Amino acid sequence: METMLESQPETPMTPESTPPPTPAAVETSHGIEAIKINTWFGTNHVLKDISMKIKPRQVTAIIGPSGCGKSTFIRCLNRMHEVVPGARMTGEILLDGANIFELDPVLLRRRVGMVFQKAQPFPTMSIFDNVAAGLRLNGMTNHGQLAAIVEKSLKRAALWEEVKDSLDKPGTGLSGGQQQRLCIARALAVSPAILLMDEPCSALDPIATAKIEELILDLKKNYTIVTVTHNMQQAARVSDETAFFLLGDLIEFGNTKQIFTNPRDKRTEDYITGRFG
Amino acid sequence: MERHFDQDLQQLKERILYMGSLAETMIHIAIKALVDRRKDLMKDVYRQEEEVNKLQIEVDERSLQMIALHQPAASDLRFITGAMKINADLERIADQAVNICETTEYLLQEPPLKPLIDVPRMAQIASKMLKDALDSFVNKDENMARSVLVRDDQVDELKDQVFRELLTYMISDPATIKRAIDLILIARNLERIADHATNIAEDVVFVVAGKDIRHHIEAAETTT
Repeated sequence: METMLESQPETPMTPESTPPPTPAAVETSHGIEAIKINTWFGTNHVLKDISMKIKPRQVTAIIGPSGCGKSTFIRCLNRMHEVVPGARMTGEILLDGANIFELDPVLLRRRVGMVFQKAQPFPTMSIFDNVAAGLRLNGMTNHGQLAAIVEKSLKRAALWEEVKDSLDKPGTGLSGGQQQRLCIARALAVSPAILLMDEPCSALDPIATAKIEELILDLKKNYTIVTVTHNMQQAARVSDETAFFLLGDLIEFGNTKQIFTNPRDKRTEDYITGRFG
Repeated sequence: MERHFDQDLQQLKERILYMGSLAETMIHIAIKALVDRRKDLMKDVYRQEEEVNKLQIEVDERSLQMIALHQPAASDLRFITGAMKINADLERIADQAVNICETTEYLLQEPPLKPLIDVPRMAQIASKMLKDALDSFVNKDENMARSVLVRDDQVDELKDQVFRELLTYMISDPATIKRAIDLILIARNLERIADHATNIAEDVVFVVAGKDIRHHIEAAETTT
C-alpha cells in the first residue's frame, strides 16, 4: 500500500499561519485546529489551503456539495486520509496545541473517534462486545470494568434503555437508528475528546434522525463534535458553527445562525438556498 | 438556476405590493374626503379595507406554507419573515385610514374649523414614506429604505404643531373642542401611519442587508 504523508507543507508558511501552541490554546482543551491543509488523491488536489479552528465542546458542521472535500477534511483530523493508497496531505493539525502527526495514530484515533454514514456494527459481535471492542483492544480485560463502561457509553448514546435486556444479542439485529447509536456508543467507550461524524443520519428515517440529533446536542456538553452533512436543516439545527466547502476551498466559516440567516459569501447563499447550478 | 420556489417568492412579493398600493390609495382617499368634505368617497376606503384584511390572511398563509414546505434559509428566509412583518404593518395602515374616515364622518356634520394645511402635509409625507418603503422592498434598495427612517421625525414634528395650534382654538372657544379633538385624532392616525412605514423600511433593511436596525440597535453597537 502506497501511503504518503508529508508533515511539512510544500509552500513555506508565514509565521501568522503557524502559531505555536500557546497556554491559551491548551486551556481551551479538546479543540482542534487545521492549518493550511492541502490533500491529494493521486494528482487530484482535493483540499486547498484549509485553515480552521474548531472550538471545543461545540458542534461544527461541514456542508457543501458532493465532492467538495468535506469528508476528506474530517478524515484528515484523525489521520484516516493517509491510509488511502495514493493519498497525501500537507499542513498541520493541532489537537490541544499538539501536532497530531507526532502522535501514534492508534492513540490519536482513540482521542478522535469517528462515526460513519452507514452504521457498521462488528457483524459477529453482540451489542456488549461491539461497545467493549475498543476497550479490549486497548488491553482491558476486567469484566466489571468493561460492563461499567459499556453501560455508561450506551447511556450516553441514548441506547441503554432499548438494549439493556439484550446485550448478548447481535448488534446487527438492531434497527438502523439503533445501530448508528451503537456505533456512537462504541466510539464513546474509549473516551474520545473529539467525535467526527460523517453523514451520521443520511441512512436513517426522521425519527431515528431526531434521536441522533438530540444525542449530538447532549454530547456536545462533553465532546467536541465535527459533523459532515448534506442535510442543511440538520446543520442549522445542531451546529454552533458551520463551514461551507466548495471544490476543495473553505468558502465561509462562522456562526451557524449567521451562515443560515445572512451568509457573507454569495456562493454560500446560493448553496444553502438551493440556487446552485 | 431558476427555482420553482422563486415563483412562490415572486407571487408573495406581488401580493405585498398590491396590499401596499391599496393602503396608499386608502390614505389618499381618506384625506381627500376630509379636505374636500366629500363623504361619498369614503365607501371606497371601507371596501378596500375588507380586501386588505383578506390579503393579510392570504400573505400569512402563503408565507407559512413556504416555510413549512421549503425550509428557506438566508435571503429567502429573511424575505419571507420580512413579508410577514410588512404584511402586519400594511394591515394596520389600512385600519388607520379607516379610522380617519370614521372621524371625518363626525367632522363633516359640523362646519369647517379651519383651513387644513398641516394635516394634508402630514398625509403627503406619510404616503411618500410608505411608497418609498415599498419601492425599496421591490428594488432591494437599502439606502432608499434608510431615507424613509429620517422622515418620521418630520411627521412627528407636524403632529406636535397641529396639536399646539388646535389647543389655541380650544382655549379661546370651547365650542371648537369636539372638532379640534377629531383633527388631533386624525393627526395621530397619520403619525401612526408614518410609524408603520418606518417599521416597513426597517424590515426592508433586514431583508436586504441582514442588519437589524430597530430601536437604534445599530447606532448603539457602533458607539460601544
